Amino acid sequence: MSVLVGNDTRLVVQGITGSEGSFHAEQMIEYGTNLVAGVTPGKGGQEHHGLPVYNTVADAVEKEDANTSVIFVPPAFAGDAISEAAFAGIETIICITEGIPVKDMVTAKQIVNSHGATLIGPNCPGVITPGEAKIGIMPGNIFTPGKVGLISRSGTLTYEAVDQLTKAGLGQSTAIGIGGDPVIGTTHTDAVKLFEADDDTEAIVLIGEIGGTAEEEAAAYIQENVDKPVVAFIAGSTAPPGRRMGHAGAIISGGEGGADAKKKALRDAGVTVVDSPAEIGITLKNLLETA
Amino acid sequence: MKIHEYQAKELLEDYNVAVPAGVATSSVDEAVEAAKEMKENGSSLFVVKAQIHAGGRGKGKTKNSGASGVILCKTIDEVRDAAESLLGDVLVTKQTGEEGQKVQRIYVTDGVDIEQEFYLGILLDRSKSKNVIMVSTEGGVEIEKVAAETPEKIVKEWVEPGMDLQHNQARHLAFALGLEGDAFKKAVKFIMALYNCYLETDANMVEINPLVLTTNNDVMALDAKMTFDDNALFRHSDIEELRDKSEENPVEVEASEFGLNYIKLDGNVGCMVNGAGLAMATMDIIKLSGGDPANFLDVGGSANVETVKNGFRIILEDENVKAILINIFGGIVRCDRVANGVIEAVKDPEIAEKVENVPIIVRLQGTNAEEAKEIIDNSDLNVISAVLLKEAAEEVSKVLA
Repeated sequence: MSVLVGNDTRLVVQGITGSEGSFHAEQMIEYGTNLVAGVTPGKGGQEHHGLPVYNTVADAVEKEDANTSVIFVPPAFAGDAISEAAFAGIETIICITEGIPVKDMVTAKQIVNSHGATLIGPNCPGVITPGEAKIGIMPGNIFTPGKVGLISRSGTLTYEAVDQLTKAGLGQSTAIGIGGDPVIGTTHTDAVKLFEADDDTEAIVLIGEIGGTAEEEAAAYIQENVDKPVVAFIAGSTAPPGRRMGHAGAIISGGEGGADAKKKALRDAGVTVVDSPAEIGITLKNLLETA
Repeated sequence: MKIHEYQAKELLEDYNVAVPAGVATSSVDEAVEAAKEMKENGSSLFVVKAQIHAGGRGKGKTKNSGASGVILCKTIDEVRDAAESLLGDVLVTKQTGEEGQKVQRIYVTDGVDIEQEFYLGILLDRSKSKNVIMVSTEGGVEIEKVAAETPEKIVKEWVEPGMDLQHNQARHLAFALGLEGDAFKKAVKFIMALYNCYLETDANMVEINPLVLTTNNDVMALDAKMTFDDNALFRHSDIEELRDKSEENPVEVEASEFGLNYIKLDGNVGCMVNGAGLAMATMDIIKLSGGDPANFLDVGGSANVETVKNGFRIILEDENVKAILINIFGGIVRCDRVANGVIEAVKDPEIAEKVENVPIIVRLQGTNAEEAKEIIDNSDLNVISAVLLKEAAEEVSKVLA
């Protein structure tokens, strides 16, 4: 009952010997995620948290059957780490790193696409299928197994929404942090497609923010193809144009990317859009009860 | 990161992109000398342009002299007058807001004879994850206006990721501008060179508006706007040096030195949040609670005593702030630790004095949220605690009432 990650995940951690990679590898193991290897170029042959460390992702795939990777590599090298995972045949690549140059991401995304892999992020909290696999930096204890698929461009705002869902008695099938950068692997639309096709997902929560037109594109897709109930929140209604609000992708520019246009597109597509971020959980609960 | 027009043109020249001759200076005498030299080289027309980051300079006005930010001059005396009217004065444009921006430098350029004006821009097309080059025969007009009113007049070429711009793409764009012969060849060369500059420097936007065809059949950048990917500056120390901090809000610069992401807004409720998405959502909830956000402030993942203290200092520099909402979702960071950090920060004498009449609402959610609430409630400080976001919103409404 999940998309992207679950009990079949065999995870390799790229950058496992760095401080972030090491800390979160331990947290993921504690959650019960199936970690099979780590990769740090030049540290092959060592062990870390009881896992074998390899020089290359290809070695981790060959020797440990890794099928999923999570990347905690510094921004200057993270684009390269993404393409290494794609070249090695990893199916699902989840990049946590924030601050990767756009130019590197344009190239990395092209390589991922040409190898048929799925990229999540970068600049994201990761992906979690509660009770099965936590891949990323999110606090596992706020999630509960269930039937709501969650998609978000943000980290702590995802946690906020999940916390509300859990408190409203609504567990999650999978929560996908798609990332706050202008170039990301999996878009809102891609994630909506996954949840619409997943038999164990009954409803979708979509959290967007200012910048770009990804939410409008998702709205167009939902209108034509999605029957499951969708609740959405768009952050940044009060953000001024021309200013980058923390996330590299959160900017209203060239008359594009404002919250109102996104909300309108989603409402026109039949999505229940909440104006207040405090009402995500309760709104979905009411929607499911009256349905 | 933004740079000035003169800096963009110097950079473009390094990449063999044609620009009119020009000299940037902060002295009237040097401006006059530059114009004299241009005159010796055959120029009969000069343009004196205020160098500020904001756009809309041509339609802007200086506060004291009432001069336009872009002044066309026929004589050396006119160049002197223009330089005197601009330097040191404050230019107000559509983009600067009422406070305007002080003109510290001007750019004196050769006023070329224009046959035709075009638009040329390069930026990332986010929905395709590819760079796009756009041209239009509607030069000198805002591209947003062209896109809204006559979108058929914008012609685009998308560059394949990881590859160079192909020559046929540049030809397509130059033909779309209706050029032929020598001008066509020069335009193709211009477009190829400009894309190379954009790519090599990790720019995230370059806009040439207008691109001009001169009566001498030359193709050149009459204006140039460039911005760069902040995340790529680590590999361009030469471009990083072009940053002009005097163009930025001083409090925002100070915040960035503390590792805080702060943007000043015009409202009355300050906020301090961990994470950019939640920070935007917090601003939205302030508005829904009857206030207006005074800022965006993302303190990042750590939210320790030092970051909270610095956050308070930054927020309290804004005298419009009537209340402060702290919204921390503690994931791996424990809320009780954040609560203790907030209390310690509020007890700091410098901060305590300023927050005497500014109610603080602290909303902590996540690991150990209840313990955190107790810590806040048991302190004898002017701090209101909340656990749910809804409760925090209600507290904001109450203190503003």
